[in-house]
Amino acid sequence: MDAIFLQVLNGLDKGGAYALIALGLTLVFGTLGVVNFAHGALFMLGAFCAVALQRMFSVSYERINEDKQDFLGNPLKEQISYMVDWVGEDAAAFLQDYSVPLSIILAALFMAIVGIVMERGLIKHFYKRPHADQILVTFGLAIVIQELVRHYFGANPIPQAAPQVVSGAANVGSWVGLGENVIYPWWRLVYFVFSAIIIFGVFAFLQFTTFGMVVRAGMQDRETVGLLGINIEQRFTVVFGLAAVVAGVAGAMYTPVLPPDYHMGMDFLVLSFVVVVVGGMGSLGGAVLAGFLLGILQSFASMQAVQELLPGISQIIIYLVAVIVLLTLPRGLMGRKGVMED
Amino acid sequence: MQNKTALKDITLFVGFAAVVLCLPIILEPIGANYPDLLQKIAIFGIFAIGFNILFGLTGYLSFGHAAFIGVGSYMTLWSFKLLTMNVVPAILFSVILAGLFAYLIGYVSLRRSGIYFSILTLAFAQMCYSLAYSVLTPITNGETGLQTRAIRTNPETSLLDADLRIIDQAFGVLENGVPTTNFFGMAMSGYTGFYFCAVLLIICFFIAQRLTRSNFGMMLKAIKSNQNRLNYTGIHTRPYLIAAFVISGMYAGLAGSLMAATDPIAGAERMQWTASGEVVLMTILGGVGTLVGPVLGAGLIKYAEQKVSSWNEGILESFFSFLPETLQHLMTNIGSLFVGEGWHTTLGLMFMIIVIFLPGGIMEGIQRITNIFRRKSNKDAKGASAPQPAE
Amino acid sequence: MSERKDITRRRVIKSGAAAAAAAGATPYFFTRAFADGHGYMNAPKGDTVTFGFNVPQTGAYADEGADELRAYEMAVEHINAGGGGMLDTFSSKALKGGVNGKTVKFVTGDTQTKSDAARASAKRMIENDGAIMITGGSSSGVAIAVQGLCQEAGVIFMSGLTHSNDTTGKDKRANGFRHFFNTEMTGAALGPVLNNNYGKDRKVYHLTADYTWGYSQEGSMIKYTQPYGWETVAAVKTPVGAGDFSQFITPVLSSGADTLVLNHYGKDMVNSLTQAVQFGLRDKQVNGKDFTIVVPLYSRLMAQGAGANVKGIFGSTNWHWSLQDEGSKAFVKAFGTKYGFPPSQAAHTTYCQALLYADACQRAGTFKPSEVGAALEGFKFDGLGNGPTEYRAEDHQCFKDVLVVKGKENPTSKFDVLEVVEVTPRAKVEYAPSLLGGELGPYNNG
Repeated sequence: MDAIFLQVLNGLDKGGAYALIALGLTLVFGTLGVVNFAHGALFMLGAFCAVALQRMFSVSYERINEDKQDFLGNPLKEQISYMVDWVGEDAAAFLQDYSVPLSIILAALFMAIVGIVMERGLIKHFYKRPHADQILVTFGLAIVIQELVRHYFGANPIPQAAPQVVSGAANVGSWVGLGENVIYPWWRLVYFVFSAIIIFGVFAFLQFTTFGMVVRAGMQDRETVGLLGINIEQRFTVVFGLAAVVAGVAGAMYTPVLPPDYHMGMDFLVLSFVVVVVGGMGSLGGAVLAGFLLGILQSFASMQAVQELLPGISQIIIYLVAVIVLLTLPRGLMGRKGVMED
Repeated sequence: MQNKTALKDITLFVGFAAVVLCLPIILEPIGANYPDLLQKIAIFGIFAIGFNILFGLTGYLSFGHAAFIGVGSYMTLWSFKLLTMNVVPAILFSVILAGLFAYLIGYVSLRRSGIYFSILTLAFAQMCYSLAYSVLTPITNGETGLQTRAIRTNPETSLLDADLRIIDQAFGVLENGVPTTNFFGMAMSGYTGFYFCAVLLIICFFIAQRLTRSNFGMMLKAIKSNQNRLNYTGIHTRPYLIAAFVISGMYAGLAGSLMAATDPIAGAERMQWTASGEVVLMTILGGVGTLVGPVLGAGLIKYAEQKVSSWNEGILESFFSFLPETLQHLMTNIGSLFVGEGWHTTLGLMFMIIVIFLPGGIMEGIQRITNIFRRKSNKDAKGASAPQPAE
Repeated sequence: MSERKDITRRRVIKSGAAAAAAAGATPYFFTRAFADGHGYMNAPKGDTVTFGFNVPQTGAYADEGADELRAYEMAVEHINAGGGGMLDTFSSKALKGGVNGKTVKFVTGDTQTKSDAARASAKRMIENDGAIMITGGSSSGVAIAVQGLCQEAGVIFMSGLTHSNDTTGKDKRANGFRHFFNTEMTGAALGPVLNNNYGKDRKVYHLTADYTWGYSQEGSMIKYTQPYGWETVAAVKTPVGAGDFSQFITPVLSSGADTLVLNHYGKDMVNSLTQAVQFGLRDKQVNGKDFTIVVPLYSRLMAQGAGANVKGIFGSTNWHWSLQDEGSKAFVKAFGTKYGFPPSQAAHTTYCQALLYADACQRAGTFKPSEVGAALEGFKFDGLGNGPTEYRAEDHQCFKDVLVVKGKENPTSKFDVLEVVEVTPRAKVEYAPSLLGGELGPYNNG
């Protein structure tokens, strides 16, 4: 019972992450008709916003301390953070501690700029081009972004700690009347709530604003919307920016779970495509549903009892589900006819 | 009209064959004349030509062709281990097995089209990869990869670590250590290996060219332009699609088999999605739907992977040695962003630049250049001959 | 229609002629590439000799690869100068500047941590750049693949960071040599230390990377902790590159285990350890004991990625920069002065390999693989940071002391991640050559 409850939690947590990554991807698919292979790179860039903010908070000058020695036996050059000088030790420590949640602001701003520049500078020229060309150009861009990040941050993962108050594990078992062993990291719970908020935010934006209405109309029938004299181009830019921001903040918040490295975008790329396609191309609800479905199934497939029964199942479950879903439901869980079928 | 097309085809084929066979001489000036790179260019050329039969003609974008490479490689290795070091049976079995796999995967995946088809093929290939890497270790030797070994002396030893080679043994072939693969006595390493692959590449090119020009090829192109219309006229397109998928799967199987024949090892990573993606990139880079383009793309990517990655800072420094020292360091620093460990950047930029400026890939670039020359010569002749109708 | 047939026939004739031409051209190239009359592959001409450094420059291990390359560059400097770094403390004094009167040059390649790519770049260095020896790498799959290639091509392979038993076990080759330690030695060294620190009769949960090295590491941990009554509750395989390990960690909570062994390396290790600590495993008490986590193989470079989570966690390593013997001090000083930070264990093992190879060539008076190999076999040396060491003739594996380390509680810098707990003497980690199977076979001189 405990084990199953925990796996459901894991599944929800994973599903939240998957849905969040897939959301922007399917948004861009649905509205712009663009296959964006650089979406994973945007997720990674967001994660490195957290790293960058942490680095900014600890920009420091050197002071030679004659009492201590470095690894070569020379006097130790102590790193004194400017932050400490400016805002005092306590405030600096507070900022350092909360650098990951704070980085959402940086990530949102930075990713909005990146998204808009990317759309205006590159993507808009590819609306009418075949999907293969879109794949090639965005894949090329992803590699370039990745290599830039590697150039500045190196290839190894960089640890990012969650704020002290939520760094431990919550005793979830006592809340729901289960045993002592049902504990779950606070940060993962935070991430789950965060992803739920973002998902609902995006839905509300598309559902309840005029802007969203136009975008949704554009998803249904681009040409007609264009004929109505609505400047759909401008809205496309905003949609792409929004997708980039969602990917970015998702990446920034994920860093305490997964220490970021330059390659993490590629690692998530295939997975996010599978989620989007299983959900049905261009369907936001489908992406969220598929994210949770795959998350939960992946968690259960990893249980030892299941693995003993079907060895190797945890390795392939995602793809197996994708095959089964696509063969029984031609357009994924919630896909519409005619989207991305040619 | 047919005459002209036929003549053009012959010229293209002869030219292609000549260039492939002269590759060692052509590539010498850019430092790419060594057996391994030549072999890789020929092998990936075959892979890309086969991929183009599916993608270029029908427009179905498979993201799982690496699975057939893997199947071909494993089958080849098992043929080396169990039967003989001669490559002929290995290649035959691999192509057949890859064809069977392609039939199974194609039969299921081709029930869907567009991106749904792509994801289905991707899923199948990733399952093959994951299983080969982990639970199928008794057949694939997992991460280490399958390799040829010495003849088994102790029946307790696993077949992964020792070989049988029944046919070779029956003929009494003497072995010292691990033998090399051969084609009736000709070693498959070095330049002989390259020429073997090159001849197969030329044959594959010939088949692909014939296919493209045949009725079957026309049907595939019709599927690409409007499948619905074909369906409405009562034509079942699926058998054609499946046939195209199987043929391109067999090309991939052949490529995988040759990889293992020239370099007897088979690893699971050959089946990973990045390997499938590589052939997609090669095809688009060279020019989708063209016959020569995919081979060019394959050559370019392999060259970047092998040579550009080897230009380390030392080489850059000596390259810029004619400059004053400070400038030399600056240029070395800038250069090292793009070559050596930064060779991925060059690859990424190359993808972007080509697709932005040459939507038809490298072949479009070549077309444009020849057009410029043609226009010039037309001008010189003062319109003596009517401009050729576009095809 | 008849015309068409005709064309086809002509084409066939043409391609046949082309094939014949190809066959005719073959012998020339063939002879040029291989039989250049020196008796062995890539015998150096002129006054230089070329080493091939095959390291991961892209992919997950790119930083380790970069560190290896730094060490190699420094090794070449020292070899050519006849002194500097650990060459001064090395017990063999054969090298006096250059090798066999030749200056060492080097070429580099990117393994991408993929067997195919690694073999391709090794082949390029052998076929195109005339490399006499290939060295480097940061994973066992790649090491075994490249080792097999070097055996076929007839050059010596000095492996870099490879920890799997198979490299000098069932996949060993005459042309291949390993300085790094292996899972067997890790188990033998860790077992007693774990028992001393955590006591007898523990219940152990293994999370194992689902590939050859993982299986081998898990096996050796079980083998060497069993004598102390450590019992395996479960051993679960995790997909390589899983990223999020939560679904594998939660079952540990309710399994009744009080020890978690993470048979992971690289990014997997960083992720699984970070997440296991987040799940509060280390704050738990099970069976009346503090819950503990063990990471059998540490890489200091990678451990930095796990940040504070490594504190107090036991593992093993081939070498660590904080060692205080003369060799290590000289190496750290030379490396640190040149690059500004301490070297990793990957840098150390590759530096040693380059030095050992050059020294063996000098002592053999040739670069011929069989004679260089003979000079390495059974070679005993000291002063390279690991104390007295021997290249065992039977399996081309170095035998030396093994370091048991643990994550430092109060690091003074970002490099100061690990502290050495115990140096397990060679005698305790040595095993019979027959234990791991495999055959070296004959040397291949190309």
